[in-house]
Amino acid sequence: MARIFVPKDTAAIAVGADAVAQAIANEAQARGADVQLVRNGSRGLLWLETLVEVETPAGRIAYGPVEAADVPGLFDAGWLSGASHALCHGPTEDIPYLKNQERLTFARVGVIDPLSLDDYAMHGGFQGLRKALSMEPSAIVDEVVESGLRGRGGAAFPTGIKWKTVLSTGDVQKYIVCNADEGDSGTFSDRMLMEGDPYALIEGMAIAGLAVGANYGYIYVRSEYPFAIAALEAAIGLARRAGWLGADIQGSGRGFDLEVRRAAGAYICGEETSLLESLEGKRALVRAKPPLPAIQGLFGRPTVINNVISLASVPIILSKGAAYYRDYGMGRSRGTLPFQLAGNLKHGGLVEKAFGLSLRELLYDFGGGSASGRPLRAVQVGGPLGAYLPESQWDVPLDYEAYIGISAMLGHGGLVAFDDTVDMAKMASYAMEFCAIESCGKCTPCRIGAVRGVEVIEKIRRNQAREQQVELLRDLCDTMLSGSLCALGGMTPYPVLSALDHFPEDFGLESANAGQNAAANAPIA
Amino acid sequence: MHTPPDTTGPCPADETIQQAAERALLRHQGQKGNLLPVLHAIQDDLGHIPDDAVRIVAQALQLSRAEVHGVVSFYAHFRSKPAGATVLEVCRAESCQAMGGDALAEHAKRRLACDFHATTADGSVTLEPVYCLGLCAQSPAVMVNGQPHARMTPEKLDRLLQSQGV
Repeated sequence: MARIFVPKDTAAIAVGADAVAQAIANEAQARGADVQLVRNGSRGLLWLETLVEVETPAGRIAYGPVEAADVPGLFDAGWLSGASHALCHGPTEDIPYLKNQERLTFARVGVIDPLSLDDYAMHGGFQGLRKALSMEPSAIVDEVVESGLRGRGGAAFPTGIKWKTVLSTGDVQKYIVCNADEGDSGTFSDRMLMEGDPYALIEGMAIAGLAVGANYGYIYVRSEYPFAIAALEAAIGLARRAGWLGADIQGSGRGFDLEVRRAAGAYICGEETSLLESLEGKRALVRAKPPLPAIQGLFGRPTVINNVISLASVPIILSKGAAYYRDYGMGRSRGTLPFQLAGNLKHGGLVEKAFGLSLRELLYDFGGGSASGRPLRAVQVGGPLGAYLPESQWDVPLDYEAYIGISAMLGHGGLVAFDDTVDMAKMASYAMEFCAIESCGKCTPCRIGAVRGVEVIEKIRRNQAREQQVELLRDLCDTMLSGSLCALGGMTPYPVLSALDHFPEDFGLESANAGQNAAANAPIA
Repeated sequence: MHTPPDTTGPCPADETIQQAAERALLRHQGQKGNLLPVLHAIQDDLGHIPDDAVRIVAQALQLSRAEVHGVVSFYAHFRSKPAGATVLEVCRAESCQAMGGDALAEHAKRRLACDFHATTADGSVTLEPVYCLGLCAQSPAVMVNGQPHARMTPEKLDRLLQSQGV
């Protein structure tokens, strides 16, 4: 019997994977071929989706991008024995894009059946949790501190330190909250992980619960990710039935359980305090800090709130040890980051690598250059609040501190590439517009500043007192940067000022020095 | 918080709305911070969250109508009025812009003769902007009634709408 893997990831379904799976089932039946279909996660080679893999004695052989209409031809060519075909890429593991990665957090994604507990355990799953069950809470926290893991949602705060704070509080009721409100354009690693390896997140949250003394958790997932929600709900049910969740995990006498909460389309909920407000059933207005959520978080209780990738990286840290994880990376950026290659790239997808490689390597060695065939001109790194980087900055190592050094941020590891047709003044205007649309409205610099920002940039584009308006824009950015309550208003100036500084010609300026009088008082980092 | 008096008087809510709201409340009874799950359940059931449902939910959860309305109106996903049979969400975020998303959005508006946040004159299609569907490596992307579609072009969008009977 041949096993055939057809991804069930949203990225595959969005290009017809369900129809491909159906066509394979029909064709196999018509030919009397003994085929078992497995709906796996995505390998992350997204330009090849639908990427179908056939299991052979020589390993899994990849075919893609497969459309339903290709299926009879693939059977004719003899793909059940891994035969060659125009769409064949040979053994999946040997495809350079995959082979040159360092997959720790994403080791199982695309490999296993996401809901099979047996597959999960066979590929190293639950080893971290088993180990944690035999450890003292403080020892678990120490292991995470030692690993150097920092918040993968974007803020890069040391995960273990956050846990330590929650552990040190004496409250009887504490919570673990997973921030799965992955709203940044150019990012999809949370979604791929939740759909492709949901047990990794569940295991990470259970370990977090044991570490800080929390017995309940919430995964707050954006409503734009219906398949991720379905995968998590199914996985939680199966894990509970198998005794990996509940009042008595594997007979240890220690308990942890969790539920999925569906968000409702507000970008601001990616901000941790506004997410907590939303979980409490309120308008998601950002809270002032302090108090930190670690001291007074969900329902007023001490709360660990971490991103999906942070939590899903915890099992491997526990099972293989802090040193194993810490050995990857550079400087204070330890471990790996799943980079997401998006926008105008030929080979878009997910590339998990240790920190320290360059944007140029990602764009060309992995990404294959632009999809349009035109020269690449600007790359936005870190989502809508990240800076636009010109080619002169593409060799800076991808490292949290190195990026801060160039007034940019790595954020959640998403990058959106633009070719030379992009109008950077328009992108700057869009950054302000997005902030205006998504502002929670609580603080004035963000709520009003973003609206004024759009107006000012439009005046610059129309050459209406351009020089003065540029000065005004820099002044406004300074106000938003220093006066906003959270990162939405506080970081919208990053894409705006980077566009202005690196691409002044798009604003009708001869050089970025225009309007610098105001900027002299307001360096952005 | 001051809640204006209900000027429509004690007129009972439409029975369907009443039942949907009660089902939603029952399903999420006792769950902490359950307002969003309750509202989702109502919208999944009725396609929108009518004012009468807001009143019932407010009463059951001991909130003011203003508080519940405030939550409904805060979140882009919730709608107070019914949508068309087909809801077309077009991604407007950066990655899709880098791959012709603006042209796709303009095409959708022309083809449907309606703007974002609006429904076609015949009431069949509602056009909504969405800020990222997580399909950024295969931009531009759209969602039709909850089904994702990537690597979209104006021609593919036309075929997709045709297949929906639009």
